[in-house]
Parts: sequence; C-alpha cells; structure tokens
Amino acid sequence: MSTATTAEMGAGPKPVSRSFSARLLQGDQIAHAITFVFAATIMLITIMLVVVLWDKSVLPRAKFGLDFLVTRVWDPVAGQFGALPFVYGTLVTTAVSLIIGVPLGLGAAVFLAELAPPKISDSLTFVIELLAAVPSVIYGLLGIFVVVPFVRHPLAGWLEHTLGFLPLFKGPCYGVSFLAAGMVLAIMIVPFIVSVSREVLLAVPTDQREAALALGSTHWESTWKVVVPFALPGVLGSVFLAMARALGETMAVTMVVGNVTEIHSSLLAPGYSIAAVIANEFTEATGDLYLQALVELGLVLFLVTFLLNGLARLLILFTAQRGGTT
Amino acid sequence: MNAALGTARKPAPAAAGATKTDPLAGLKPRLEVKNLNFYYGTKHALHDISLTIPTNKVTALIGPSGCGKSTLLRTLNRMHETVKSSRLEGQILLDGEDILDQDVTRLRRRVGMVFQRPNPFPKSIFDNVAYGLRVNGYKGSISEAVEKSLRRAALWDEVKDSLHKSAYAISGGQQQRLCIARALAVDPEVLLLDEPCSALDPISTAKIEELLFGLKDYCTLAIVTHNMQQAARSSDLTAFMLEGHMVEFQSTEQLFTTPSDPRTEAYITGRFG
Amino acid sequence: MSSWAGTQHMRLRKGISYFFLSATALCALIVVGVLFFILGYLVWNGGSSVNLNFFTKLPTPVGETGGGMANAIVGTMKLLLLASLIGIPLGVVGGIYMAEFSGKLSAFILQYTADLLNGVPSIVIGIFAYSVIVLRMKHFSAYAGGFALGIMMVPVTLRSTEQFLRDVPLSLREASMALGASRWKTIVSVVVPAAYRGILTAILLSLARVAGETAPLLFTAFNNRFWSHGFNEPIASLPVVVYTYAISPYDDWHRQAWAAGLVLLGMVLLTNIIARGILSRGIQAPR
Repeated sequence: MSTATTAEMGAGPKPVSRSFSARLLQGDQIAHAITFVFAATIMLITIMLVVVLWDKSVLPRAKFGLDFLVTRVWDPVAGQFGALPFVYGTLVTTAVSLIIGVPLGLGAAVFLAELAPPKISDSLTFVIELLAAVPSVIYGLLGIFVVVPFVRHPLAGWLEHTLGFLPLFKGPCYGVSFLAAGMVLAIMIVPFIVSVSREVLLAVPTDQREAALALGSTHWESTWKVVVPFALPGVLGSVFLAMARALGETMAVTMVVGNVTEIHSSLLAPGYSIAAVIANEFTEATGDLYLQALVELGLVLFLVTFLLNGLARLLILFTAQRGGTT
Repeated sequence: MNAALGTARKPAPAAAGATKTDPLAGLKPRLEVKNLNFYYGTKHALHDISLTIPTNKVTALIGPSGCGKSTLLRTLNRMHETVKSSRLEGQILLDGEDILDQDVTRLRRRVGMVFQRPNPFPKSIFDNVAYGLRVNGYKGSISEAVEKSLRRAALWDEVKDSLHKSAYAISGGQQQRLCIARALAVDPEVLLLDEPCSALDPISTAKIEELLFGLKDYCTLAIVTHNMQQAARSSDLTAFMLEGHMVEFQSTEQLFTTPSDPRTEAYITGRFG
Repeated sequence: MSSWAGTQHMRLRKGISYFFLSATALCALIVVGVLFFILGYLVWNGGSSVNLNFFTKLPTPVGETGGGMANAIVGTMKLLLLASLIGIPLGVVGGIYMAEFSGKLSAFILQYTADLLNGVPSIVIGIFAYSVIVLRMKHFSAYAGGFALGIMMVPVTLRSTEQFLRDVPLSLREASMALGASRWKTIVSVVVPAAYRGILTAILLSLARVAGETAPLLFTAFNNRFWSHGFNEPIASLPVVVYTYAISPYDDWHRQAWAAGLVLLGMVLLTNIIARGILSRGIQAPR
C-alpha cells in the first residue's frame, strides 16, 4: 500500500503519511476490538445462563440427585419435590403432538415439494411460515375456547366409544387434558416440519426421482420409496426441531392441559408439564428449596432441548451434504 | 472403424447418389419415431425427426452439444413429461403401438433408462436392483433376478459378498454398472443410455462398453454419446443430429467412412462440435 | 410377461398413488386452513371490542364496561424498546464481528452459541432474567422483562446479520479498499449499507417474535393494571394480559382477551409480512 512506497522513496511528507496509515490501522484495530467485545458479551450471557441454572438449583440437586426426575410426589409443603408428573406430562403431550403433527406436516411438505406448481408452492409455504410467527398465547386462547370444548364434547365421547377399550381413552373428560394440549402443540409444530422438510425434499437431486419413474414407478411410489428416503435425515432433523419446540412450550400447554399434578394413563385426563408448572408456581414459590426445584426443572428443559437441537442440526447438515455428493 | 479415430485422416469423399446400403436392411424395427416435433414452451427443440431403432442392435445418437440428442432420447420413454412446458407432436411406435396412447407406467418398464451421472437410490446394492422388481410386482424369485441382472452388468463378482452394503459405498464406475443392473432387472425391451460414461474414468468406461456389447442379445440399445470414438466402437447404427434436426442415419461403418452429408463429415473430422 | 403382476395390480398401484397424493393435498389444505381459521375466529370474537376505548383507556374493575388496554399496548412498546437496546446492538455488531473480523473457529463457536441460545425455551430465559435482575432489585420491572426479551432477540439478529454481510460480494469490499478506505470504513459505509435490507428484516422479525412472548414476562415484568411509570415498575404487556384475561372466569374479560389477541396477532403478522416484503424486494434489486 502507500505506506511502503513512501517509506521507500524516502522523500516527501513522510511523517504525515505514516501517521495517516497508522491511524487507519488503529481505526481497524479499534473496530476489531469493539466488535469483539460485543460478540464476547453474547458468549458471556450464554455461559452465565448455564451457570445460573446450575448454581440456583444446587439445593434440590444435592438433596434428591437424579431421583428428582423419577419421584412422583411434588409436595411443596412437606418439602418433597419429585418431577415425574411433569416429566410424564411433557413427554405425553409431546408424543401426541408428534403423532398428529408429523404425518400432517410431512404430507403437506410432500405436496408442496412434489405436486404443487412453484407459484402455489411458494405462496402456500409463505402462509404456513406465518403460522410459525403466531404467538403461543394466541394458540392458547384458541385452545381454551375452541379445542377444549371440542375435546370435551364430542371428541372425548367419540374416542371412548370407538377406542375406549384402550386405557388411553378411558375415564371422564372435562376438556382440559393431555389430548387437548397435544392437539394444540401439533398445530404449533407443523410449520417447522413443513418448512424444513419441504426444503430438504426440494434439494433431492431430480435424477433420483427420474430413475424411479424410469423403472415404471407410479408418482407416489417414486416419492415415497425414493425421494422421501433420500431426504429422511433432514426430515428427521425437522422432527427433532419440532420436538424441542413442543417440549419447551409453555403458554399453549398451561392454558389447556388442566394443570393438575397427577399421572394418568388416559389421554383424556388432565395433567401438567415442566414448562407449565414453572410458569404457574414460580411467583408463588416460598422458600429456597421450592424455588430452586423449579429452577432445576428449567435446567432439565435446557439440557433436553440443547441435545435435541444439536442432533437436529447435525441431521439437516448431513442431508445437505448427501445431496451434493451423489 | 479406424477412420473415426484419426481426425487428421479425411474420409473418402461422398459422391452424391452413390450406392448406399439401406442401414435397416433385414432388421426388425423396435422403436419407430415418425415426424416428431418437440417443443419446450415456445422453443422448437426437435424438427420433424424420423428414426427407426432396430431390435437387438446398438443405435448411437451423436452430435454437438445442444443438438437435441438427449431430448430425443427422453421422449422414447416419455421422460419429457416431467417438464410441464413440453409438448410433443408426431408418433413414437414401440412394436407398432403408439407409446403416447399407452399407460406411461407400463411403458417405462418396457423402455428403461440409464442416466448420465450414476444415481443409485439410498438403499443397499441388493435393494437398488430389487426396486424395479418389487414395485412392478415380480412374481418370481427376487434374489435370483437380482443376481442375473448383476451378472449381465458385469458387477456380480465384485459385489456378491456385500449385497447389503449401501450403494454409495462402491466406486463411481461400479455405481453406474449398478444402475445398469437396476434397469435390466425389469427385463426391458429397450434400454436407453444417456451419455452413461461421461462422468466416468476410461477404465470404467471400457468396462461398460464391453458389457453393452453383450446386452444386445437381450434387448435393444439406444445410446447418446458425445464421444465419437465410443459411437464408432460400440454401435451398429449411428444417427447424427444437428440443431434439432436428424441429418443422417446410417450403419456406423458407413457414417464414419462415407458420410453422405457434408455436415456429418465436418463433425466427424472434428471441424466443429 | 407371466412373471409380472397383472392389470389388477397396476390398477391398485395407480389407485394408491392417487389416494396418497390427494391426501397430501388435504394435509396442506388443513394446515393453511388453520391460519385462516385462527384469524377468522379472532376477528369474529374480538373485532367488535377493538374500539377507541381499547386503545386509550385503562382496565376497569370487573363488571364495569368501557375499559381498555392502553397500558398493555404502551407496556409492550416499552418492553420492545428495552429489548431493542440490548438485542440490536449485540446482534448487529456481533454479526459484524463474525462476518468481518473473526477467524473460522471463533465464528463457529459464536454460531453454535447463537443456535444454542435460540433453542432455549423462553421460560428458561425468564428464569435467567429473574435471577440476574429481579432477585437483585427485589421487585419486578420493565428492565427485567426487556432484558429477557432482548436476550431472545440476539440469536436471530446475530445470525442474520452475519449471513447478509457474508453475502455482500468481495468485489465491493475490494473496490472500497483499493480506493484507500480502511477496513472499518469499508464495513460501515459499503458493506453494511449493502446488507441493510436483510439486517432490517431480521430485526423486524425478531421484534415480532419477542412481542408475542408471554412466558419470560411472567416473572420479570409481571403485570400491572395501571400505568407503569418509567421502567422500574412491573408493567403490563399485551401477551400477558391476553393470558390473564383468558384464564379468568369473567365473560367480559374473555371478550377483551379476544380483542387483545386480535391486536397482538395483527401487529405480529403485519410486521412479518412487511419484513419479508422488504427482503424480497431487496433480492430483485440489481447488483
């Protein structure tokens, strides 16, 4: 740059040009330093988050250890804190949401990637992605006033009538239930599944589908037996992402699940979830052990969603690479 | 045949009206293309093409990039229908019946295709070959049929102990032979090959050319290639295309030694393309 | 051909193909239908309650009509303001660091951290903000709520800023530096302006996202039936008010919950549509 030449020339306004470029360099260094500080702050916040969760749950971790997760009794008055009802409820509602949401989302994704003409596919995808932007409290609102009454009557009656021999659908139903929560969660996770699955399906090389068709497959056979299996790791990744979302969802669940600290085998019964109990009891928690037990629940949520999200991204990356190598 | 290999040597001049043997003399036609016009949207890609592909012979389609040879090949098993804006006029007869009137799924079992880049499915080697059998409801022994196809594709000895390995675990040349085996498994009457060796190294290419030779006995082959030497080596008949037109269709020996059209001569002596 | 299945089989296969392909169309229809159902239901139930009172009055005691949610609307605005003060600088400047100055390893670590933070359930962020701010100050406040929402804004703005900065072609930077401009001057006057559409979109989208969050506010900003003065008091917000009114036993409050939900959803969807509009217009702009 100009510094070298002026130095070599040995003539001309040397001091001025040198301090000019020195100032330039300093400016860059300052910019580098400032931006680094901002970036480092993000790291700091994240580390603090983990530290706080760990530190502020020390009492129950010391007292109960891993039994915390499998003990049934949650009795703040007696100082007994077992998280099993919440773990159970979280798992059940998430499972229901996946059972409903994955086929629905995957089906829609297949339609958008394989069947719909590009313009329709793009506009429908836009609409579906808007669904992901709907605040969870709105889903909860519709959950309370639409889904819960619907579950109470006629859905519960119908389920008991047709599938009542299964323990899953026995017993009285007041609307608020694992099933209602699962249904609301299902709609909430569908946009994630559709969005990611559609992209991985579109990325499958065209000659995979063509090879299947050239062997005499029907359109569905080429889609279901070749294209979807090719994109399967990515689809699986979208499912993990959806799972992570469902597990951590608070508002929509607490508004429709019943908030009852009990374990029932029937989906029609009310229950609780980890996020819901934190939301409801955090401001009422008396005493350190109680509050810290709730923080420990937050820690559990954090760890589980961390693992799932990590796995999900790996899978989606794997599918992207696969499309490139073949 | 050597005339095609040496670009410096000029082929014997083609005298207008010189006696030429009918390339199709004594041969049974398998696929007949009659006055085919093909459009991608508004673009007129193929102009009034007529071609006869005889049974149990290898027919090569050659020409410079963009001449329409792959486009023509893809109409033969109606693969062009995957593109919405394509339109076809004319007739394509398979054993005398217009393929455009038939059920496309059934047609494609009878006219198979091997693509430019090896494209095995994300399944095991065995399941790749078995795919066509299962989907079409093959009633015989699947493992026997898989072995038969892999043998015909000259791949059996190399993979017989690892049939359940992923198809991506073998080399590119082996994958392409796997794709040939996969296509052969459904016992097609015609096999279309779209530049099957262009993505492969010379040794794999040689192996595939060798096995194509043997396949003639089982089915009819039509191969698109931009490699003239390959066409000269491997085919019985050759069609030369230019800008969507069929310029010349001859027995391979005739086309490469005494081409009747000056454009053909220009192409095979390397003056363009 | 006797070794192949016959026409019956073929007809079955075709029937199956038609059936499942139609089923996928149905799935897409259902999913899209849900959005319109939600919108429609909100308009139907809350539309009539969205009047001038709603926007200008404070909540009245149960049973009295004529109340509104002015404090919740203003509250959400104040919280978003605070959140922006944390989320935008950290996200944008951090993104500049990632795209312009960092090495491969630090960029990877930051990406990973951002993704990690993004995946944390919002209620856990609430716990964090509670511990850091509410416990110290010994009371709920807008500061705590804004802090929680601000943290949630960071990952999206960070990754998007990085993405759009990286997309700016090298030739633009080199042209600037060849004219003698320093690195940081290039960034500030050439690179960032070139990427501003994407960054703006990211900011809008993350604002829309945190505007709708309820869980992290439940024990940070808490709630307030009156005006909140400054930022040091508990403060009402639209999502929290929707929640509180929805789970109450009063019909009048339910009606107001619908209205508030409609306003909230309207704000969020509008922001999303505008943001994407900005982005798509930007892509078509000539380079």
